[in-house]
Amino acid sequence: MYSAIVFLPIIASAIAGLLGRFIGARASELITTGALFVSAALSVMAFYDVTMLGHSHTVQIMPWIYSGDLRVDWTIRVDALTGVMLVVVTGVSSLVHLYSIGYMAEDPHRPRFFSYLSFFTFAMLALVTANNFLQMFFGWEGVGVASYLLIGFWYKKPEANAAAIKAFIVNRVGDFGFALGIFGVFAVFGTLDFDAVFKAAPSMVGHTMHFGSWDIDTLTLLCLLLFVGAMGKSAQLGLHTWLPDAMEGPTPVSALIHAATMVTAGVFLVCRCSPMFEHAPVALEFVTFIGASTAFFAASVGLFQNDIKRVIAYSTCSQLGYMFVAAGVSAYGGAMFHLFTHAFFKALLFLSAGSVIHAMHHEQDMRKMGGLWKQIPFTWTMMLIGNLALTGVGIPLLGVGLAGFYSKDAIINSAYASHAPMAGYAFVLTLVAAGMTSFYSWRQFLMTFHGRYRGLDHQELSHSDSHSDAEDDDHGDHHAPALSEVHESPLVMLVPLGALALGAVFAGMAFTHYFLGEGSLNFWHGALGAIAGNGLKPMPEEFPLWVEFAPFVLTIAGFLVAWYYYILNPDLPRQMAAKRGLLYLFLYNKWYFDEVYDFLFVQPAQKIGRFLWKRGDGTVIDGLGPDGIAARVLDATRGAVRLQTGYVYHYAFAMLIGVVALVTWFMVAGATP
Amino acid sequence: MMNHILSIITFLPLVGVAAILTIARGSDSNARWIALFVTIAELVLSLVLWFNFDGSTAAFQFVESADWLGPGIGYRMGVDGISMLFVVLTAGLMPFCILASWESIDERVGEYMVAFLALETMMIGVFTSLDLILFYIFFEAGLIPMYLIIGVWGGKRRIYASYKFFLYTLLGSVLMLLAILYMYFQAGTTDIVTLLHFHFDPWAQRFLWLAFFASFAVKMPMWPVHTWLPDAHVEAPTAGSVILAGILLKMGGYGFLRFSIPMFASASEVFTPLVFVLSIVAIIYTSLVALAQEDIKKLIAYSSVAHMGFVTMGLFTLTQQGLDGGIFQMLSHGVVSGALFLCVGVIYDRMHTREITAYGGLVNRMPMYAACFMIFTLANVGLPGTGGFVGEFMTMLGAFLANTWVAIFAATGVILSAAYALYLYRRVVFGDLVKPALQTIQDLSKREVAILAPLVVITIAMGVYPKPVFDVTSASVANLITEHKAALAVEGARKLAQESVK
Repeated sequence: MYSAIVFLPIIASAIAGLLGRFIGARASELITTGALFVSAALSVMAFYDVTMLGHSHTVQIMPWIYSGDLRVDWTIRVDALTGVMLVVVTGVSSLVHLYSIGYMAEDPHRPRFFSYLSFFTFAMLALVTANNFLQMFFGWEGVGVASYLLIGFWYKKPEANAAAIKAFIVNRVGDFGFALGIFGVFAVFGTLDFDAVFKAAPSMVGHTMHFGSWDIDTLTLLCLLLFVGAMGKSAQLGLHTWLPDAMEGPTPVSALIHAATMVTAGVFLVCRCSPMFEHAPVALEFVTFIGASTAFFAASVGLFQNDIKRVIAYSTCSQLGYMFVAAGVSAYGGAMFHLFTHAFFKALLFLSAGSVIHAMHHEQDMRKMGGLWKQIPFTWTMMLIGNLALTGVGIPLLGVGLAGFYSKDAIINSAYASHAPMAGYAFVLTLVAAGMTSFYSWRQFLMTFHGRYRGLDHQELSHSDSHSDAEDDDHGDHHAPALSEVHESPLVMLVPLGALALGAVFAGMAFTHYFLGEGSLNFWHGALGAIAGNGLKPMPEEFPLWVEFAPFVLTIAGFLVAWYYYILNPDLPRQMAAKRGLLYLFLYNKWYFDEVYDFLFVQPAQKIGRFLWKRGDGTVIDGLGPDGIAARVLDATRGAVRLQTGYVYHYAFAMLIGVVALVTWFMVAGATP
Repeated sequence: MMNHILSIITFLPLVGVAAILTIARGSDSNARWIALFVTIAELVLSLVLWFNFDGSTAAFQFVESADWLGPGIGYRMGVDGISMLFVVLTAGLMPFCILASWESIDERVGEYMVAFLALETMMIGVFTSLDLILFYIFFEAGLIPMYLIIGVWGGKRRIYASYKFFLYTLLGSVLMLLAILYMYFQAGTTDIVTLLHFHFDPWAQRFLWLAFFASFAVKMPMWPVHTWLPDAHVEAPTAGSVILAGILLKMGGYGFLRFSIPMFASASEVFTPLVFVLSIVAIIYTSLVALAQEDIKKLIAYSSVAHMGFVTMGLFTLTQQGLDGGIFQMLSHGVVSGALFLCVGVIYDRMHTREITAYGGLVNRMPMYAACFMIFTLANVGLPGTGGFVGEFMTMLGAFLANTWVAIFAATGVILSAAYALYLYRRVVFGDLVKPALQTIQDLSKREVAILAPLVVITIAMGVYPKPVFDVTSASVANLITEHKAALAVEGARKLAQESVK
């Protein structure tokens, strides 16, 4: 059964990819989607088995790399942590497959698309079912490739190609750390199997290891290196630049890969390695710091984006930061819980955005939307539920609310409750970010669905936004339809939305007891921070009233500000944009990360490469070596033009003579002594 | 037959040569078929050899021995876990080369096939000979058909390329020959098995090591003696590039494994930092240079240099993982870079240009080609699940165990390789098809599918289930490390004894 969960998607992917041109698009869709639904059903059973019943399983597939002490197998490991991920991955993936049947209906390359989607799912499942670091790395890079292929799916778009390469390379920067971490784990523990490493981890407390020219605390070093990988995959501050650009891919891809599953792999990695992180307090502080900073940074950038998908992308980035904050203060259950609920409501938001984009004939600029709610009421409802869940709406005192209310507030609370040095920083930033989350979510919602329809007033737009940079031009070739042409999406797209909406509403309520509350010990069964044990304390029930209310108040405030700016005074934002204040520009241009990286890394790499090639190889090495010798030879033997003909034969012949001479010499020498 | 299987494998292609020169004289088609038949027979024989190979021992197997050039110099052959799979690699790539030249070579076909078959004998001889002189002859004589292949069937600047190729290798071979003569006079034999246990004087070792290094470093090629490779690749016909990248480069790595490390143990120890530095420079420097290339073949050639940097780094870590990984990296690079050059050949045959800017948007008309090229590109980038990953990972793991700085620098190469390989792919394959010349370009023919499809399967199989390779190499590698340590210990003891005498 466990093998089936993992291998059904790759089999389906192979069929759609290799035979797609023979069996047709519809068959490819049905096979991949069907396989995913079967896989999802099996995952739910597995989830019940490993969490509620407390069984855990490892299935040996076959040996992989055997060399000396290094023994790595292909294995499927299913414990509670994997169980949660299985449900998330196969659940969202199957719904996204279904949705894509509608969304991609007009695309000529559907077999390829569905093949990629299923391949991604396989790689992600290989990642979460890994029983050792190397197999995890296999899945890790596998999802990276799938993401690369899917971002660049529309290969005719130059921006899509650029974004795809960027995503892969930035992820490779993270993998650079991850790989060194794996080497380090092997150097220290002599094995890459999770259980053996985690069991030995406590005995390494206080040890140092030599790295580069320094001696560093062993577990701190290993955890930090692994975390660099997590930062890349989960788009944390510094390595986040690829995620917004990844929105060039088809929207179902954004929902599946760049919101619900792949980007959470970093969080999963930290939770999986929690028995190591628990003994590396410095590393945990760093995790908290990066998480909180990202939560704040991404939310701040999200405030003024105009592309409907980019807003959600920055929101994803920010929410991933929340998850790392939770992991950083040892609340791994909270991190996984937010990962779980976030998958539902963020996939819902993306797919709803997709439905809007579908209705708007691939227009993504919110400045050209407005007033759509009457045309697409179902999408409106879905987006509303998604936003309520994301912003964490609920009633604080009763403890009743949508998904985000349970998981996000739990993170803010655990940051407050923790005594770790970074916790205070994290508490303040996550709180502020909660307010900003509310603002950008409702701003997006109001700009899209309410107010006046702006699809047809291009002129006005070009006046108010004369500083059209590359990003604005991206979508300049689309023509927004007339409002009456905006139609609700087909049923095959709306059903997945409904399913995800159910999750967004009830997932928090239904599972908070298991992930966080008293049920958590009997839910995780030692899969999280098992050896340390201190990561698994149930949440304290009582917090000061202001802590309970602060997120609630900030959320309401964010909504009111958005309402004021975008409904009551819709001209204000445009005037702000026109004024181009420093803070506005700084946020609008995403803190200038891309520009700085381009200046520091991208441009120099090309220039250095060209320099080394022309000067290093050309002038120095060849100049002193073969060309120099040639010039001397030519100087010496003027008029050596005839060397041009039969040149090679001469050398070949000379070579042959040499060999013959050698053999002769040995025969003579061998005969005489 | 098993008693003489190595001689049969080594010299069977010469039978093909004779056949082409006699019965197929004047018939291009017959020459092609004979060459294909012989190379396939070679492949089958090499597989038979592999299945009969006992991976549990480090001893030489299928040993043949006969008197030859008088005392100490014999005709000796044998394979161990280190050389075994190079024979398979050579025999395995050859049929692809013949098939790839099926239509693209239409001048002097008979001579071309003769050159390739002769080359096969020489290359397999390098990996099977157990006598220094025999090795040297194969090692040097193999260059002759390669010169001819580049010089006669090559591109516009073939003279310059083959001249450069010659100049570099000449330097190395002269020094190596001198070293071999010295060794013969010291040990009184050129029997490799004896020499493996012969202790040369520590100072003499250093000169011998450098002399061999001069030859092998050029072959690898290591920075800074790599500049002949891009030119040779660019000018060589497709199959020539495949052999160059797939097998000739591996002779250098094999040389390190067979001679430098075991025979000159203490010198290897002394020069390890040098090798590490050159390897790292190769990885980073040539990756950056690859980023700036405008010619597809040159880009892949530079990427080969970077990948060989991982090999030399891994070999000199003298750890099980580093050595196993180095050997694996050579084998997988042989397949992957060979496949990449075949991919370039496919479009070169159609458009007769290697300029990156001449292409763009090929996926629109060549989806099958795009898929194959993508898989080899990803393997070249070292994606887990492909052959390219295993070797790269293990050499870096070995480096981490030996010296963390080396591993840190080498790991940056992994980022750079992704950059240049995907950037190339994007410019050639992705995008809209706007160039007028490309409007009618055709996807893979059946012959080309027959060439590339097996390579795709092998590439993935090597990544998913590399164990059969390690089953062959592990025992010999472990033995190499043990003997290397033992040799160092003996030398250390001698030094102590000398000091105590003083």
